[in-house]
Amino acid sequence: MSLEPQELDDLTSKIGRKPTSTELQIVAAEWSEHCSYKSSKKHLKMLPMKGPLVISEKGYDSGVLDVGDGYVITAHIESHNHPSAVEPYGGAATGVGGVIRDILSAGTRPIAIFDGLRFGDIEKDLQARWLFKNAVTGIADYGNCLGIPTIGGEVEFDECYSNYALVDVAAIGFGKKKNLIKNHAKKGDLVVLLGGSTGRDGIGGSQFASDSLESENRSAVQIPDPFIEKLIIEAILEARNQNLIHAMKDLGGGGLSCAVSETADALSIGIEMDVDKVHTRESDMNPDEIMVSESQERMLIVTNNDKLKKLQEICKKFRITCSVIGHVTSDNMMHVKKGTKTCANLPTDVVANATLLDRPSKKPAYLKNIEQEKKLKPILDYSKMMMKFISSPNIASKIWVYGQYDHEVGIRTVVKPGMDSSVLRLDNGKFLAAKIDGNPKHCYINPREGAIGCFEEACRNVVCTGAKPIGMLDHLQFGNPENPEIFWTFLESLKGLTDFAKYFEIPCVGGKVSLYNETPSGPIKPTPIIGILGLIDKTPLYSKKITAGDCLVIIGETKNEMGGSEYFEYIHKFIGGKCPVVNFQESKTNMNLVLDVIQKNLLKTVHDCSKGGIAVAVSELCMTHEIGCDVSLEKVPGPKLDVDRILFSESHSRYLLVLEKKNLKKLEELLKKSKASYKMIGVFDGENIRFNKENKPVIDLRVDKAQKTWLNSLRELVVHG
Amino acid sequence: MKVGVIVFPGSNCDRDMYHVLTDVFKLDAEYFWHDKGLPKNIDAVILPGGFSYGDRLRSGAIAAHSPIIKDVKKMAEKGIPILGVCNGFQILVEAGLLPGALLKNTSLNFMCKWTSLIVENNKTPFTNKLKLHQKIPIPIANGEGRYYVDNETLKKLKKKNQIVFRYSEVVNGSSDRIAGVCNEDGNVVGMMPHPERAAESEINPIDNKPSSLIFESLLNTIGVKS
Repeated sequence: MSLEPQELDDLTSKIGRKPTSTELQIVAAEWSEHCSYKSSKKHLKMLPMKGPLVISEKGYDSGVLDVGDGYVITAHIESHNHPSAVEPYGGAATGVGGVIRDILSAGTRPIAIFDGLRFGDIEKDLQARWLFKNAVTGIADYGNCLGIPTIGGEVEFDECYSNYALVDVAAIGFGKKKNLIKNHAKKGDLVVLLGGSTGRDGIGGSQFASDSLESENRSAVQIPDPFIEKLIIEAILEARNQNLIHAMKDLGGGGLSCAVSETADALSIGIEMDVDKVHTRESDMNPDEIMVSESQERMLIVTNNDKLKKLQEICKKFRITCSVIGHVTSDNMMHVKKGTKTCANLPTDVVANATLLDRPSKKPAYLKNIEQEKKLKPILDYSKMMMKFISSPNIASKIWVYGQYDHEVGIRTVVKPGMDSSVLRLDNGKFLAAKIDGNPKHCYINPREGAIGCFEEACRNVVCTGAKPIGMLDHLQFGNPENPEIFWTFLESLKGLTDFAKYFEIPCVGGKVSLYNETPSGPIKPTPIIGILGLIDKTPLYSKKITAGDCLVIIGETKNEMGGSEYFEYIHKFIGGKCPVVNFQESKTNMNLVLDVIQKNLLKTVHDCSKGGIAVAVSELCMTHEIGCDVSLEKVPGPKLDVDRILFSESHSRYLLVLEKKNLKKLEELLKKSKASYKMIGVFDGENIRFNKENKPVIDLRVDKAQKTWLNSLRELVVHG
Repeated sequence: MKVGVIVFPGSNCDRDMYHVLTDVFKLDAEYFWHDKGLPKNIDAVILPGGFSYGDRLRSGAIAAHSPIIKDVKKMAEKGIPILGVCNGFQILVEAGLLPGALLKNTSLNFMCKWTSLIVENNKTPFTNKLKLHQKIPIPIANGEGRYYVDNETLKKLKKKNQIVFRYSEVVNGSSDRIAGVCNEDGNVVGMMPHPERAAESEINPIDNKPSSLIFESLLNTIGVKS
């Protein structure tokens, strides 16, 4: 664990002397890519972060949005990729723990968890299967124990994640605006470390996460204890209610080093602390270890002498330890002592602000011919192909995953996981819809358009419930930024997201950058993940059971955009072609139109059309509602295309609307007035899902058989191989 | 009439239960922390779900030795209605107030899903407004929810009418599809599914009336008493 030679020179010149060993450890942790964002910070500023609902406060790790009537929601996203790739159970579980504490830091109660999971090809790769299974259990055991519902997410498999794992966790909090912790501190205030003991787990975790994964470093992985986390949540909310907290920060990457230096820097104060006062798990830990340990379930709190006793009483009630480890000074220094001996004495702004880099970028060579298609083998039997397709790990139902997560606790989940997005009820009578989406296959072919597509897809998902997008979280995951080609893909994605966010006036309320996602076999595909928060003022669209005679209407055009599609990659094993591109104007028209139609109460349900195209989206409706459908492919709006392209193109801005026949006229009147492309393309009835061309079925599946395959195949694969 | 909601370290359905009791059914309820006793003026006691003590040792095993359980036992003897839901059921079993044991589900996984119950005993304080064999759509959420009793005890349970709820389908491998039982006197009831997650129409996708009758039964029981 060390600094780069030029960083060491930089530090030496900034402090005017040679750093001590503890100082080196502290600075190495804080200046790691993971904590300092040194490669990305300059560029992240391009994202719009302000908006009428955004509340910004000093030193927050989560974004805050005003949802009216004196209430706020908080949101944050994190990943725990490196640890999960080594120890998936603990890595994924502590990923949940970390993001939950970020929500708690603002003084809000965590009310929902989302997770995005990505692994190698689990059909062939046994290690990927092992990673997947254990990461899911890790998230389940942690979130379930906390009593915070895991209500959404995504799971994807791609060979680019072989021997690796992407575990993204997002969380949402809810509370009263007046209860938000307004971080402040003054000279003489006390610095308290509350929660789990500090041990030797997770030492150097943030540097471990700031390098390619070449060897397994188990001591860098943290050990989860959801029971202590639950006690911390309740203790802190009780302390918040009694107004005992002046400032608060979660201990995450970089442990005490980061929490102390960042708190001091954000509040323009100094902090003097004594490592001997830190409650440790082992008796012989040295100051360096204590300062960089990433042991979980710890919070740093600033309070004062008068409030300390009450805080200690609360901790006693919950049987969690709290230690006064130091106090606030006015010298803007981070002073770490062991008893009377000084181990480190550094200006907080030096520690908390690594020198930012302006890394070179260059368009990757592989993109030159990527849009060229090869000649595909003709599909002889589309029905047979479709059965294989719906049982494939990326298309199959993820019920095996979300069935292990308590998604009901908290009794807010009014729209349950499984379809487009879950919806939570809030205490002010409003509803919150939220979804996270990523698409590395599209992003690999076109990092800009792919990232925009993820953004639009997440918006579409919340729009399907009747929610208007009000905030965005981004999590940008790429390989080694020192490689100019990889850095180019990062910048392209970021620029795309910025353009979309500005056009739609959706502020970025939180985010994270995770770089160095590489193994010896290469970097991951660019994997930005976008989380969208949507607000519903009155009622969400509660999906009603589809019955015989109901009509299927599509909004949006189906284009020749097959690049990165599941059909090309899973069925034809071909990576290439032109990936779907979002037309901003069309996107806005369709989004507003769907929201309007939902409000007019004309629909039974709305479903987003994305991975696997129309074929999969219509089949999902049929399998979920246990009813057949006859779809006329020639009616699908868009340029004239071959049947497989109509079926499997993943063009954006498309929505499937289901309604009773009696409402069709009213709907068409509304649609006619808009600029959107639309068409009624099918009628629900019978027991077969049929996609027809000139009245002849191209695909013909029995709903019950398809449903059984779709629901069970992922579990079968994981449990029985 | 007052309902005591007992909170252990790690309980996580206490706030949901309190909300349903007070906001939905307008009952007077109060939280009681595990390390104290219960006052005399309590008319019913509910042990909500969660992960008391992080499920360490066995689900419910440590909580069953909390100081407050002594008072729960006294109240059970007096015939006061006591309901344990999910982890609350596990605690009542570990405390010896209810027969049987709760083992890991046959899937070996935590299971969160909607299922349905069949009412097998509508004479308890929590089921007296339900019809015999009435179906209740309700969610489960547990890892150790497989109710187990040996054959002899099962016979006794049947004879003494102690089976309160059965699952309408095979869910987790429970003996005789048992989802909830009561003590011989019928005043102590334990169930794995969560009625507090099914009693409001907004969060119940199927039908919230049957689950609300569980709370209305309680209201009926303690309302009459006071």
